[in-house]
Amino acid sequence: MRAFDYARATEAAEAVGSDARLLAGGTNLLDLMKLEVETPARVLDINRTGLDRIEADGEGLRIGALVSNSACAADARVRADWPLLAQAILAGASPQLRNKATMAGNLCQRTRCQYFMRTDTRCNKREPGSGCDALEGVNRNHAILGASEACIATYPGDMAVALAALDAWVEIDSPSGRRSVALREFHRLPNGIAHRDNVLEPGEIITAITLPAPVRGRQIYRKVRERSSYAFALVSVALVLRMDAGRIAAAQLAFGGLAHKPWTDSRVAEALLGQKPSPALFDKAADLLLSGAQGQGENDFKIPLARRTLAAVLHDATKE
Amino acid sequence: MLTTYDTPDQRNLLDRTGQGIIGAPLDRPDGPLKVAGQAPYAAEYDLVGCAEGVLVGAAISKGSIAAIHRDEVLAMPGVLLVLSDKAMLRRPAQGGAAQAPAQDVRQIDYHGQPVALVVAETFEQATAAAKALRIDYDDQSGSGRFDPDALDFAPGEEPTVLGDIDEAMSKAAHRVDETYRTEGHASAAMEPHAAIAQWDGDDLTLWGSLQMVAPNVKELADSLRIPDARVRIVAPYVGGGFGSKLGISHEGVAAALAALELQRPVRVTLSRQQVFETVNRRSETRQRVRLGADAGGRLLALGHEAWISNLPAEDFAEPVTQATQFLYGGDNRYLAVLKGEITRLTAGSVRAPGEAVGMQVLESVMDELAHKIGIDPIELRKRNLPARLPGQDLPYSSRKLFEAMDEGGAAFGWSKRKPKPCMTRDGEWWVGMGMASAARVNMMQPASAQVRLEADGRVIVETDQTDIGTGSYAILGQIAGEMLGCPMDRVEVRLGDSRFPAGAGSGGSWAASSTGSAVFRACESIRIELAGRLRIDSEALELSGGIARGAGKEAPVTRLLAGAPLERIGRIKPGKTADNYAQASYGAFFCEAGVNAFTGEVRVRRMLGAFGFGRVLNAKTARSQCLGGMVWGIGGALSEELQFDPRDGRLMNHDLAEYHIPVNRDVPPIEVLLLEERDAAASPIQAKGAGELGICGTGGAIANAIFNACGVRPRHFPITPDKLLAQLPDPFAEIAS
Ligand SMILES: Cc1cc2nc3c(=O)[nH]c(=O)nc-3n(C[C@H](O)[C@H](O)[C@H](O)COP(=O)(O)OP(=O)(O)OC[C@H]3O[C@@H](n4cnc5c(N)ncnc54)[C@H](O)[C@@H]3O)c2cc1C
Ligand code: SF4
Repeated sequence: MRAFDYARATEAAEAVGSDARLLAGGTNLLDLMKLEVETPARVLDINRTGLDRIEADGEGLRIGALVSNSACAADARVRADWPLLAQAILAGASPQLRNKATMAGNLCQRTRCQYFMRTDTRCNKREPGSGCDALEGVNRNHAILGASEACIATYPGDMAVALAALDAWVEIDSPSGRRSVALREFHRLPNGIAHRDNVLEPGEIITAITLPAPVRGRQIYRKVRERSSYAFALVSVALVLRMDAGRIAAAQLAFGGLAHKPWTDSRVAEALLGQKPSPALFDKAADLLLSGAQGQGENDFKIPLARRTLAAVLHDATKE
Repeated sequence: MLTTYDTPDQRNLLDRTGQGIIGAPLDRPDGPLKVAGQAPYAAEYDLVGCAEGVLVGAAISKGSIAAIHRDEVLAMPGVLLVLSDKAMLRRPAQGGAAQAPAQDVRQIDYHGQPVALVVAETFEQATAAAKALRIDYDDQSGSGRFDPDALDFAPGEEPTVLGDIDEAMSKAAHRVDETYRTEGHASAAMEPHAAIAQWDGDDLTLWGSLQMVAPNVKELADSLRIPDARVRIVAPYVGGGFGSKLGISHEGVAAALAALELQRPVRVTLSRQQVFETVNRRSETRQRVRLGADAGGRLLALGHEAWISNLPAEDFAEPVTQATQFLYGGDNRYLAVLKGEITRLTAGSVRAPGEAVGMQVLESVMDELAHKIGIDPIELRKRNLPARLPGQDLPYSSRKLFEAMDEGGAAFGWSKRKPKPCMTRDGEWWVGMGMASAARVNMMQPASAQVRLEADGRVIVETDQTDIGTGSYAILGQIAGEMLGCPMDRVEVRLGDSRFPAGAGSGGSWAASSTGSAVFRACESIRIELAGRLRIDSEALELSGGIARGAGKEAPVTRLLAGAPLERIGRIKPGKTADNYAQASYGAFFCEAGVNAFTGEVRVRRMLGAFGFGRVLNAKTARSQCLGGMVWGIGGALSEELQFDPRDGRLMNHDLAEYHIPVNRDVPPIEVLLLEERDAAASPIQAKGAGELGICGTGGAIANAIFNACGVRPRHFPITPDKLLAQLPDPFAEIAS
């Protein structure tokens, strides 16, 4: 680990405009600093900024950026009205990590591409312009949608996938004031620029995540992995679905493990609306989802796996 | 008493001593120390003035070092030394090698190989300097061999050829001829490799994390070119080994060289990534198994060929067909292991070398044959247990395989297994059952131990035998307590110091039976002496609660000792019993697994293992060994896999976040049945090896349960969802009906 300056902020404003790296739970940042993948000169600890409350926000909910993942998943309101979010959080990491991990830190966690996580490889994300060793290397965990020659990494998290399906918003304080970004727009696709994971600008701090009014229907977060815990998703599906008289009346979906961001595609939900559930319908939805999918070799299996996982979740959500 | 073990000791003395200590499920005496942080591991000794060393790994896969820019790093704060010495090791010594000739770390055999050691005042300074060290290479990586399927293979050992397998296959009424694959495994243990070296004049003391102290002394002395007698190794507590600590490795030799150079103690600890990248791996394998049976399901042909890999300079070839030699009959046999030279880190003995992957595959193919013939897999195995060792006509010393299958099957509920796949569905999950035989060769190693009966009646056992978390402290104490009629709170066991007589070391499942026999023999000498002092025949001697009695006489042991301790060294080494009997431990695994009809995820739902490995010395530690083996079996079957970069052979999943061992939730309730057995040919304590048996076939039982569940026959381990998806039946088909 490289030496760095450490300071502790007592209010969010101190982080605004700061050139320091923000330290929340540290479960991702400190790991990467030990590996020297991240080498910030200055670190600003934001754990005492008081952004750790969950508050009602009209019919919705405002979850402070520093609320721990455990606290969010255990919150009675979250469990009653947005169970998808609790499920997704609990599907990730381990209890110890979730106790430390925060909402904002979780959103900003970096990819698990194995070439990114060491310093002796070519990686555009770690070192812009150096190349991408994953293209012809070990890429079992990599993207099948929205990838670019510059980077084929995935955004690895679970929580953000649920938040995308729930139409959450990210509240950001920046030197020019407060702004809100739809979660679906928060993470970005590489599009030739690999080193930026999301739309956060230097000097900005996430202050909260807001959830709109609860949506009725079944909420399912389904995470596929070869071992049953403590592993990132090969593929995951977040779904909110409501039936009415045997037909699908409402559906919101997002997918994890497929792309550089939680993947959403409005065509998938549209294809389902007003339809009677059937394996053929699920297939049609998967066709739309995967029309642009491209495997990288080791991860080709994610294409059929995403199709089958979507079918499993839709079947589960629509059965009597 | 003869040292070599030539005739089976049928007296079963431990059954007559009557103390109720042997076999009892006693706690490990080191357990409370470990949880209280009072059992120091190699890196945890506080030595005054200890400097910290960090190894530097090669950034290329093959070639040599042209220049090391030492001066830049020596100018960094706290840096004391940059060592890249001919005597340093680039590969760990193989288990039991007892030699480790200088290897010259400036030649590079694989990516990440240690090439230099940087020593500084603090660990942080050494780490920073190691990272900053610039090295120029003469890079020959282009000539490396990185594809295990495209190597030049040569026999790793003489093939076993009996009869004519091709002809027998062609005549067989039922035949299976399939090729399987298993991926490589890491041997990383909980405690990373570490060493502290300190010189006192010409004498070296090394606190190390090692499995076999006596050969490690020789290896360390050999690489330093000093006499064995100048080396002392101390390793009383070792946090797991799995084969990775059998031979002396780079951290130990480097620490010793640096400590000599600096004339102060030096500690070298491997990072978790370095453990993965530089200690032994289990080779990946490709295995072709041919089984040909007559109409009655009796094997006529048995073929098992394996292709494995290692570094060019390494002789070790994963002995994949080891259990196939003795487990089943079949007059026409062809067994061979072929080794290819690859540019990947060293392959060596990793828990149950040979059987762990060989049995996994053999037992899968047996299941294929049973399915083809249409008979129960247990029945097929029963029909093929040979009366004597095929090809060598030797008797089996003991074999509880029948009993393991019957009793294990009854306890598991095997009779409820559906004869065909896709007959049980639980929501999204296909559910099935599978079984497999367990078999692992039994080996004795030369061992010695000293037992001292103190004048006050306490018992002290001393041997360099290590306890790598397995229970050596417990069982060696129990043997002494049982033999000398001494309650356990008055028995003390001291281990892991080369000043003590050489035990067998921890490896090959031999520690308990070999070093245990040495303790037994030392105790027997003490018993004979005590009987003499009581003037009775030793056969009549009873020792209990500090009293010696027999033939109508009786005296307190302390009186017989008359104020002086009584000390004996017991020794044993393999003799004619090893040549005259086929010796192995046996058992059977039963598994119920679910396969997700949509995603192909596999979850083991319950498992049972029934085992016979001779006398059970401690029912708790024995059970724990079996459980641990089966848990690794789950990993090998479903998730564990070393991932190498196809272009340069570098290990990409070099930590426990990326290399997926089973987590708690992957391990369902596991039941262990320990079968009563005495094997006098194996050892005078009638015990065989237990430590590795639990992993020898587990993966086969899981794969067979997967087939029984969903009808897909997985032939590539680990069985990750991607390998099942394409063949899974339509998930909706069953639900519709
Ligand atoms: C072994 C392991 C397994 C894991 N498994 C999973 C899993 O299965 N699924 C999953 O989803 N996650 C998993 N995780 C990741 C875990 O969820 C993240 O490490 C955690 O959520 C990060 O939160 P943190 O508060 O510790 O972030 P930190 O490490 O403190 O910060 C992470 C990043 O966020 C930035 N940041 C933090 N707060 C703010 C803010 N308020 N505004 C702007 N930027 C900010 C930091 O500067 C840093 O760049 C795993 C982690 C580990 C180590
Ligand atoms: S996929 Fe992205 S993160 Fe991985 S090596 Fe390529 S550029 Fe780096």
